[in-house]
Amino acid sequence: MYIDPGNEKPIFLQIAEQLEDSIFTGLYSEEEKIPSTNEISSLFHINPHTVLKGMNLLVDDGVIYKKRGLGMYVAKGAVEKIRAKRQNLFYDQYIATLIDEAKKLQLSKEQIVKLIERGYDNESNSNQ
Amino acid sequence: MKAIRINNLTKDYKRQNQPLRALDHVSLNFEFGKIYGLLGRNGAGKSTLINILCNRIFATEGTVDIDGMSAFENPDVHEKIYCMSEGNLCPDSFSVKEVFKWTSEFYSCFDMEKALTLSEMFGLNVRQKVKKLSTGYKSIYKIITALSLNVPYLIFDEPVLGLDANHRELFYKLLLSDYEKNPRTIVIATHLIEEVSSLIEEIIIIDNGRVLLSDTAEHLLAKGYSIAGTPANIDAYCKGKDVVGYDEIAGMKIAYILGDVQEDAVTPDMHISTINLQKLFVKLTERGGKPL
Repeated sequence: MYIDPGNEKPIFLQIAEQLEDSIFTGLYSEEEKIPSTNEISSLFHINPHTVLKGMNLLVDDGVIYKKRGLGMYVAKGAVEKIRAKRQNLFYDQYIATLIDEAKKLQLSKEQIVKLIERGYDNESNSNQ
Repeated sequence: MKAIRINNLTKDYKRQNQPLRALDHVSLNFEFGKIYGLLGRNGAGKSTLINILCNRIFATEGTVDIDGMSAFENPDVHEKIYCMSEGNLCPDSFSVKEVFKWTSEFYSCFDMEKALTLSEMFGLNVRQKVKKLSTGYKSIYKIITALSLNVPYLIFDEPVLGLDANHRELFYKLLLSDYEKNPRTIVIATHLIEEVSSLIEEIIIIDNGRVLLSDTAEHLLAKGYSIAGTPANIDAYCKGKDVVGYDEIAGMKIAYILGDVQEDAVTPDMHISTINLQKLFVKLTERGGKPL
């Protein structure tokens, strides 16, 4: 986890995204406890209210939940929820910007498709 | 609501040839349970304000209330507020241990055990005389005194003066873990703006004895941005916007603006980025509260 106060993204969003990523990659598994606001707050010198605001975004998404007096835990089905959310965002975040940049570079649709195929080929070659 | 309410506070220093108005009708609140950054340039009036809050000097005009009670020489608010400031308040022939002992005589909420534990964490020898301490450790024994007092309003005037990076990290860490366990109001007056920018929830900027700005850190940082481009385009873009300052380098002008980005006026030569709190502070206090 790394919080950068100079980043364009507000700190509470950085916290939400990085916790979400840690859950998605399996650092914290389902029904496991995530770090407390206190731990994150004192490690990165961030106001605890900011940390809580970030965590509450994940609570609203149903990715984590609060156990009274114990802390925040990863919800059942959290990984699947994150995957579904990210699949929905994939078009906006990657495809739309890819086409945008391709147009600026005057790359045709066919060339893009070829590049994507090349990317998949490289991956399967390196996996052999 | 629990808060320190500062109402219309004015402080005049009578000097022979040149009277000085250090505070000019300042009104603001420090609400309970929040961390405030009190920022201002040298001589802006921060320390005057803090000294009035803790009855070390008295206002020419105006009032301070703490949780609804007057703070003016009132024993009932004594255990509510503590100000850690640059000056030494004890005779400097005292040892650190003696300072702790006398603080506990004056404040029933002083936690001696905590003071000794913290001293150990900072590597402070409590048998050392205060006057023999280095600049850093002079700040440290005062920080420890403040953190060991269980008061609802804790004010720090330049708490990290002379502290090395390790001790500054330790201070911020202790401050936040303490705040989490024991919610209270913390006011930090400092020149090291970037160090506290993610730690504070509310920002108050004092300039020339007046409140220049009071906002949440998140809101202020979200609405501040810089835009760079050719001087002519930047000048055109800035019309009608709240510009806090400019910088210029060969063929390029950078404007610092508060407000929303006007997407349809951004030309391809322009580049937008965020501004940090320190830059915003420098530009705001250069402008001195007036529109450019």
